[in-house]
Amino acid sequence: MSAADTVLLAIGTKKGLWLATSRNRTAWSFSGPHFLMHEIPSIGIDTRAGRTRILVGVRSEHWGPTVAHSDDLGATWVEPDHGAIRFGDTDDAALERIWQLQPDSADRPSVVWAGCEPISVWRSLDSGEHFELERALWDHPHRSQWGAGFGGAAAHSVVPHPRDPHTVHVAMSTGGVYRTTDGGRTWQPRNAGISAGFLPDPNPEFGQCVHKIARDAVTENRLYAQNHHGVYRSDDNGDTWKSIADGLPSDFGFVMLTHPSREGTVWVVPIEADAERIPPDGRLAVYRSEDAGNTWTRLDRGLPEREYNVVLRDAASVDTADPVGVYFGTRGGAVYASADEGATFTEVVGHLPDVLCVRAAVVAAP
Amino acid sequence: MTGAVSVRVPRALASIVGGERTVDVALDSVATVAAVLDVLAERYPVLGRRIRDETGALRRYVNVYVNGEDVRLLSGVSTEVAPGQEIQILQSVAGG
Repeated sequence: MSAADTVLLAIGTKKGLWLATSRNRTAWSFSGPHFLMHEIPSIGIDTRAGRTRILVGVRSEHWGPTVAHSDDLGATWVEPDHGAIRFGDTDDAALERIWQLQPDSADRPSVVWAGCEPISVWRSLDSGEHFELERALWDHPHRSQWGAGFGGAAAHSVVPHPRDPHTVHVAMSTGGVYRTTDGGRTWQPRNAGISAGFLPDPNPEFGQCVHKIARDAVTENRLYAQNHHGVYRSDDNGDTWKSIADGLPSDFGFVMLTHPSREGTVWVVPIEADAERIPPDGRLAVYRSEDAGNTWTRLDRGLPEREYNVVLRDAASVDTADPVGVYFGTRGGAVYASADEGATFTEVVGHLPDVLCVRAAVVAAP
Repeated sequence: MTGAVSVRVPRALASIVGGERTVDVALDSVATVAAVLDVLAERYPVLGRRIRDETGALRRYVNVYVNGEDVRLLSGVSTEVAPGQEIQILQSVAGG
């Protein structure tokens, strides 16, 4: 990264948001907590349109969920009066939690996606100030059969296609992967090959508990999935999936990160098992593949020798610097950063509340 | 019968109403708590969203009292309130 660049690291926790900036990804300047005592399960850093907008999903146990945004790196926050995401009078539903705030591609600089609980996907055409419900997915005939994962029934991954504005992949817990190729008019389940070992039929059309999906930066029809047991890759835009779990200590986990510009490079953070939610053997490690999941490299330099807290699905991120930075936070409130694609990590901050969401991006210097 | 209902808001929400702890809602006659909250929500949309969700239901950990009585033990937001009475909004004990 050049000397003029600043990396913004946003850390959403169970009890507030912390923001950090750094010019060298070694020394960090922190602000926070913002939204003290509010849960921050989702963050989007939108560097398109010539400014840095931080979007956050905020939730109070008392006062409910809302979306706020800041265009001055957290100095001030704006919350639309009537709520950026709001079910209509006839929907008979109330927003519970915003799980995902995902800026679309550079070609569509005003479009931002949201994935929410109850399971719903929303699209904003005004940079996240107001969202419209993706009605066809909300009205999907499968809805009554979608279940709730342990964390709630939510659309937690929204993955727009970088070039094709009509194609979007969504993953939900539980329901699995759904895809539209007609701009949201219709949605089809795309789970062939993904296992659902917790169901009587382990290979259903839908109902899988996919924990996170991500798209390859270069091969655009290639996606990766971290499942509730199972790590998968699809080379055909989600039509079929095959296991890439060989070489990992466990096929359970929540995180799936892809490199922002290099083909075939992904990171996961394995967890022992569904019933044993700790890092395998209590030894926290990131695993990186540089060949689309065919082989994996264990990365643990700089990480603690013993760690029994896990990394949640959105508590990990990459930045867009060169080399790429990798960041993640644990439920124990530690946040680790690597400025060399995961080869070495340092603890950026510790003893925060449970880390729910981490996002990082190169931004214009403040 | 004309007058106002006095609505006490919790400290955590006072900034939404300009730092005040009490907001008066004019009332010509007996009305429901929901109707009073509708007026408040019209005036302070963010306050409205903090108290009730999109379905009109009180949020789970928000308690509303009319003259000291929990409306959940009365008729919910359909509980009637008369001019001169007080509505108090309190957050319940929740969280960790």
